[in-house]
Amino acid sequence: MITCKTSREIGGMGHPIKRKEDIRFIQGKGRYVDDIKLPGMLHMDIVRSPYAYARIKHIDASEALKIPGVVAVVTGKDLEKYNLHWMPTLMSDTQMVLPTDTVMYQAQEVAAVIATDRYTARDAKEAVRVEYEPMKPVVDPYKALEPDAPVLRTDKEGKTDNHIWHWEVGDREKTEAVFRSADVVVKEHMHIPRIHVVSIETCGCVADYDKVNNHLTMYMTTQAPHAIRTVIALVAGHLGLTEEKIRVISPDIGGGFGGKVPVYPGYVIAIAVSFLTGKPVKWIEDRSENLQADSFARDYHITAEMAATREGKILATRFKVLADHGYTDAAANPSKFPTGLFSIGTGSYDYDTAFMEADAVYTNKPPGGVAYRCSFRVTEAVHAIERLTDSMARALGMDPAEFRMKNFIKKEDFPWKSPTGWTYDSGDYHAGLKKAMEVIGYDDLRREQAEKRKKGELMGIGISTFTEIVGAGPSRDFDILGIKMFDSCEIRVHPTGKAIARFGTKSQGQGHETTYAQIIAEELGIPAEHIQVEEGDTDTAPYGLGTYASRSTPTAGAAAAVAARKLRDKARKIAAYLLEVSEEDLEWEPGKFYVKGAPEKAKTIQDIVFAAYTNHPPGMEAGFEATHYYDPPNLTFPSGAYICVVDIDKETFEIKIRRFVAIDDCGNIINPMVVQGQVHGGLTQGLAPAMYEELIYDEDGNILNGTLMDYLVPTAVESPRWETGHTITPSPHHPIGAKGVGESPTVGAPPAIANAIVDALSVYGITHLDIPITPYKIYEALKAKGVIED
Amino acid sequence: MTRDITVTINGEQHTVAVEPRLLLVHLIREKLNLTGTHIGCDTSSCGACTVLINGKSAKSCTILAVQADGASITTIEGVGTPEALHPLQEGFRECHGLHCGFCTPGMIMRAMELLEKNPNPTEEEIRWGIAGNLCRCTGYNNIVKAIQYAAAKLRGEETPSTEPEFV
Ligand code: FES
Ligand code: FES
Repeated sequence: MITCKTSREIGGMGHPIKRKEDIRFIQGKGRYVDDIKLPGMLHMDIVRSPYAYARIKHIDASEALKIPGVVAVVTGKDLEKYNLHWMPTLMSDTQMVLPTDTVMYQAQEVAAVIATDRYTARDAKEAVRVEYEPMKPVVDPYKALEPDAPVLRTDKEGKTDNHIWHWEVGDREKTEAVFRSADVVVKEHMHIPRIHVVSIETCGCVADYDKVNNHLTMYMTTQAPHAIRTVIALVAGHLGLTEEKIRVISPDIGGGFGGKVPVYPGYVIAIAVSFLTGKPVKWIEDRSENLQADSFARDYHITAEMAATREGKILATRFKVLADHGYTDAAANPSKFPTGLFSIGTGSYDYDTAFMEADAVYTNKPPGGVAYRCSFRVTEAVHAIERLTDSMARALGMDPAEFRMKNFIKKEDFPWKSPTGWTYDSGDYHAGLKKAMEVIGYDDLRREQAEKRKKGELMGIGISTFTEIVGAGPSRDFDILGIKMFDSCEIRVHPTGKAIARFGTKSQGQGHETTYAQIIAEELGIPAEHIQVEEGDTDTAPYGLGTYASRSTPTAGAAAAVAARKLRDKARKIAAYLLEVSEEDLEWEPGKFYVKGAPEKAKTIQDIVFAAYTNHPPGMEAGFEATHYYDPPNLTFPSGAYICVVDIDKETFEIKIRRFVAIDDCGNIINPMVVQGQVHGGLTQGLAPAMYEELIYDEDGNILNGTLMDYLVPTAVESPRWETGHTITPSPHHPIGAKGVGESPTVGAPPAIANAIVDALSVYGITHLDIPITPYKIYEALKAKGVIED
Repeated sequence: MTRDITVTINGEQHTVAVEPRLLLVHLIREKLNLTGTHIGCDTSSCGACTVLINGKSAKSCTILAVQADGASITTIEGVGTPEALHPLQEGFRECHGLHCGFCTPGMIMRAMELLEKNPNPTEEEIRWGIAGNLCRCTGYNNIVKAIQYAAAKLRGEETPSTEPEFV
């Protein structure tokens, strides 16, 4: 039950109020980067490498430069003169902006052409002649670690192999000992393939350098405008572009999902060109460039093992990961966490022994390791543990729901310390799964399945009961490039009692303009309708690390509540002054302070704010504004129980999702309509990698499905009608008890779907299939089992 | 080399000199500054650029401006007014049929023709009807609901409840 403390007019927490931002979007009045048009603006296009690994012998721009309207062709050698040809990644690795001699992956930026309009720029791009000397690329991450593999990152002094880093957590010896003596051990090898976020808006920017004032305004598709401003200052500070001379504006963003966190070479080149020409430069990548060259997600090869007693008690897990980062580690993880929060992979289960290790390698593929609508590497971890849990249940001959119920951490055992060092804040896993089973009618479905099996029909039921970890993060452990991962809110209430609130985050569709207003409405009683939320302009908004990894509500949302509470404290003082009573005699109810026992003696928040400007108490600072930088004491741990039912055609192996029930627990709910919407969207982005999406490379490093013609983003037809619901276990440490939700479903859905499909096929002895699970993969697996012939 | 074409967009007539290779979507966005029509791909896959050409929904990235010579085109800016939203616009907001809003104009334009042809579509018909339009944010549940809402309203019936079914 969602209970609301405020009236619908105030529209605080729990009200499904309609979104404010929609008004402009439904009328075509959103303002996205490509909608920006500045006088004298030039257009940039990028020449890209057809090879995955090649030496650049020569770049001939003479024909391109002859085309009327072409202003310049920029190469790595040109940028080198300004020391702008390299840049840091957010993981403190390095990346070429433009190459001076070698290309490291297909579709890598090789040169930029600048022209007076889009079409001319494209003509010029076609006219640039580049001579390459192709080399044999390293595509397979296992081969990259072989002793005779060519060393790819020769730019790194002293580098003698392709290994990037090793990471481990947990107790190796203890885990090995448990595995040696356990009754039952299961083991699965899984590849979580490389996928791409495909936000419907691609990436782009308009770099507008003003020579006279030595000032750069950078309009760009970024989820983290403040951090990007700092990065630009790091990259271009030596040219006099210091941080106060840079303004990053992130206008409306057409979806981000993690793909708009990194700094891409195109942004830097656009800045360089604007800096050199003194003209605004627009760069908008097309979809194929976006798919082929922008940071990908996932690409983890995991060996996952679980040990348990014969009675079905989990004893330990062990994960070993090979992470293929492509040409550079361009993930956007907190710096102390090269595998992100993968160590959440011990799951929702109560056991105390685990060991995880990971090694990362370079290959000749695009850089990355960014998210795909998930908190840092949590999807990989959850897939591994949830698949493994099913395998173990099967090995023990137990029902997977029963096995989970038996092993869940109990509600009363929170806060709970995980064997990899996390302190889970709260949860009620039994309640979530129980609810999901009731809603879907689990027992009936199992009976139906038994009947169908007798008839030889393939029906599967899959469960996933995941624990997320979001809201990065506490400053003691979490930073990106040294900047602590707090987030911020500044609230100004105007004399008439209407407010503007600014944040260090940046919505890309999450609905912050509405939900943040609701948090402030809850705390101050000012109607959400009259609270204007602004983000994305580094000149006006307080510093923050941005929106990704479901961190907005846990960090900036908390900052909003705390800033509003500071204002409420001030309001109490003013009310006491106006009512001529002491502060202790006042009682708060949303929207007003009244005198205890005399409710008719009251001052509304509007009266109080007006007084703050017109009649403030002597000795008090005038005005009504507050700022808070919120440093979370812990992460938040949303959870969910998902159940999926599939039917598989015995002839064509077509997989039909018959039902999918998702029960999410994201703590207290700010706006149930928005939460539900986030869950729907996340589920479809969980379906996508489970059944459709994968970026495929051949042995020469050519991408085989680099356009939307063959990279399968689910449409409304593939996407089932999601059934959603919730349980509420508030976060005990978060000011409003919320946990964050945007990514839970993307994390939780793939194993539910995979488990359902494997469940259907378990009659043939199949225990695992790698996602995406396609009819063809099923066909291959059944052929390998000898169930069907060629 | 350019050619003069005349198009009526949202009721306003424009005569524009265009290169024969100019895509209609670029004419709309860049020459006529109607930026509500979006571009999401280069393979005619996403539908973000959908407009109505003589009443029929079409992906404006797939048509040359010169092919639209003489045509009457409606873009999202020609749908409803701030005071009187079109039932589809209202439905998308009421049913939370959008998150980032990037696919929304295309979805609405596509749904206009869909409802024109089939005023009372089933869920299945709606899903197939918008299969040429990608949305990466919403998971489509609420887009379907938004179109059903608009359909009811256009038929003059009571609109379904828009409270979230979040049990
Ligand atoms: S931009 Fe026209 S279909 Fe994608
Ligand atoms: S609302 Fe973002 S793509 Fe549809």
